[in-house]
Amino acid sequence: MTKWLGASMLECKNIGFYYNRSSWLFRNIHLSIERGEIVGIYGKSGSGKTTLAKIMANYLSPMEGEVLVDGEKSNFSEVYPVQLIWQHPEQAINPKWKLSKIFEEAKELDQEILSILGIKEEWLNRRAHELSGGELQRFCIARAFHPDTRYIIADEITSMFDAITQAQIWHALIWLVKERNIGVLAISHQIPLLERISDRLVDFNQLKAVRTE
Amino acid sequence: MHIVYELNHEIQEEIEKIQNHLLLEVKNLSLTIERFGKGWTREHLYVIRDFHLKIHHGEVVAIVGASGSGKSLLADAILGIHPKNSIVDGMIKYENKLLTEKRRKRLRGNDILLIPQMTNALDPLMKVGKQVKTLMKQKSYQKSVKQIFQKVGLDPAVYDQIPSACSGGMIRKVFIAMALASEAKLIIADEPTNGLDDESIEEMLFQLKMLAKDNRGVIMITHDLEAAMKIADKIAVFYAGETVEVVDKKHLKKGGKFRHPYSRALWNALPQNGFIAIDSSQPSATEKLTGCSFAKQCPKATKKCNMEKPLLKEIGHDEMVRCFYAGM
Amino acid sequence: MKNQFLSIDFDNTNYKRRVLWKIIGLVCLFLLVALSGFWIGEEQLEANMGEKNLSPSLQHPFGTDWLGRDMFFRTLSGLHLSWKVGLFAAVISTAIALTLSLLSSVNHFFDSLVTMLIDLFLSIPHLVALILIAFVLGGGVKGIVIGIAFTHWPSLTRVLRAEILQIKSAEYVHVSRKLGKSRMWIIRHHYLPQLMPQLFVGFILLFPHAILHESAITFLGFGLSPEQPAIGIILSEAMKYLTMGMWWLVVFPGLSLIGMVVIFDALGNNLRKLLNPN
Repeated sequence: MTKWLGASMLECKNIGFYYNRSSWLFRNIHLSIERGEIVGIYGKSGSGKTTLAKIMANYLSPMEGEVLVDGEKSNFSEVYPVQLIWQHPEQAINPKWKLSKIFEEAKELDQEILSILGIKEEWLNRRAHELSGGELQRFCIARAFHPDTRYIIADEITSMFDAITQAQIWHALIWLVKERNIGVLAISHQIPLLERISDRLVDFNQLKAVRTE
Repeated sequence: MHIVYELNHEIQEEIEKIQNHLLLEVKNLSLTIERFGKGWTREHLYVIRDFHLKIHHGEVVAIVGASGSGKSLLADAILGIHPKNSIVDGMIKYENKLLTEKRRKRLRGNDILLIPQMTNALDPLMKVGKQVKTLMKQKSYQKSVKQIFQKVGLDPAVYDQIPSACSGGMIRKVFIAMALASEAKLIIADEPTNGLDDESIEEMLFQLKMLAKDNRGVIMITHDLEAAMKIADKIAVFYAGETVEVVDKKHLKKGGKFRHPYSRALWNALPQNGFIAIDSSQPSATEKLTGCSFAKQCPKATKKCNMEKPLLKEIGHDEMVRCFYAGM
Repeated sequence: MKNQFLSIDFDNTNYKRRVLWKIIGLVCLFLLVALSGFWIGEEQLEANMGEKNLSPSLQHPFGTDWLGRDMFFRTLSGLHLSWKVGLFAAVISTAIALTLSLLSSVNHFFDSLVTMLIDLFLSIPHLVALILIAFVLGGGVKGIVIGIAFTHWPSLTRVLRAEILQIKSAEYVHVSRKLGKSRMWIIRHHYLPQLMPQLFVGFILLFPHAILHESAITFLGFGLSPEQPAIGIILSEAMKYLTMGMWWLVVFPGLSLIGMVVIFDALGNNLRKLLNPN
């Protein structure tokens, strides 16, 4: 029964985290993202947004609370349905790999994704250091679109790029997630950007300040 | 009466000369890197093809271009610290005299200072304050360094800390302190706002403007057009290794628009403007260009644009544009 | 008005080429020496009493010994044997290093275990351990190979473990895991490619150690039996004849041994330069 009610949402319930016991980074965080919606979140540097992103994508375990994906809390030893796209693409790709290998890793070479993101055929034979940041980030995004992906967390994915590259990447990303009904949490410090791409905005500092009884 | 009049005139001229004193002038700068391509074939990378820049004392000039367009190599080229396997060509004049290799070596770090992008450029084991002190020209005391720290918003106690104990923001302020301490006349800041949040960006821009107000020239290399428009007196737009436009902020403030189609596309792509993405990417550094570098992406390209290469045309006072149909 | 600032030449790319030629040269030299051993037959090593104690000449470039055996061929043969022993020992040692370093990456417990083992083995002076192991196993090729293999894995293991720790924390490894990749997959596609250079260089550099140790042990009498013309044997027997002025019995084999070790060392270092363009 509950499974039906909780379905189609990525939920953070009462999440708390600290790096050292004496000071919690944040506590009692409640956040939910629906399938097919894009939620924009902004806040000061160092406030813990990236840490929350890692928790939601199962890279870190919270000290308190839990993350439910469509009502389930499972370890998902297969592909985790919440994929995280990082800020620095050159760190998220093995420097020794030929870029075509990334698709071998993600299992399927979906031509549609490649063309929407503007990934050129000739790039597939190159290595990471031969491409620019913007080009690499497209690979990282394509990789996140695994058939089992239900939610994507985009952590400052375009803050290192110029306005044109940023617009290109977001237009492609939005098209893809709307088509596949994927829920997105977009983290950025640029509020005008978030206003353009999000269905709703969340202030991380306000989220941190809320205390539930 | 006659004699007094002439004297005044001379003084006027002198004053004007000093004010218009060009700090740095760069013309036709190019940087080509040779490297091995696939297997043993040699490849040439035309990272910078034709770069122009002019900056006066007290001015902030922003070089705006796409990420990965070779902008950072501009700083290296001007400073003469480009990689071994590269050739630099073109004319650079510092304070109206040619900048030769010898002169560069002398000026580097003294008259011309680079504020790097990476926050790990400091000696990790030496106290921060000491590192700033070494840049001061006259005999200096801890006190004067601490005064500079206050100016940039650093707690004087930071003097005794080592870089690894400082946050990224603090290190960036130390760089500014170093620039102030060194009395460098020309400061090149490489992507100073990259990855920073709004508050930190405002602060950094304020610091850079402060440096300029201290009668120095500040060159800011960035991909952030917004930041450039906040503090730059002139904006040089960089595309495919070339300067495609130099625009004066006064023109923009009066409601004028950018003149080159690429600059306009960059402007329109900002989320607060149209958030419009033009459909394509920069030509690669290995391509030899015929015709205008932007022709393939330009919505207004004509046959002429594809065949002939437009040269930088001067428009009014210190403004330039590289387009046959500029401003139309 | 143009100004030519011709920067320093395209040295960087030629550097790579030069290093590569050095390596090719060294490999050729090495192969020549090492493989020649296969072709040295019995006749060249035969005792020939009619030609004993001859000093170096055109016919016998390294002279002959007290049994009339040609020293040139004996030396080459000895080098060949040393090389074979070195190969076995290096292969086993490298395999141990790789296995243990991968084991240490599994979890904290195994990591502590491996680290402890490394510290333990590093604290024992390895010549002593080597002699002990060789003695216990009854000497001979087996004793030496196992002795060397089991005393030389620690330093390579430390290096590999450090590399793995670094790779492990990389973002792209985390991403692979979240894409459902198994541990074996990650080892094969992420760890191994990064480890290869270190592994290879470590392997090559183990040779000189192995060879020198083998000679030392054999010289001391714990290693190979006197019938096999190992350099150690050659040297130890030649000691008696030094006082008689037959310097060529020691100088040439000794120099050849050093020469071989230097070749390996240079090979290892140049490979490292090539594989690590920084």
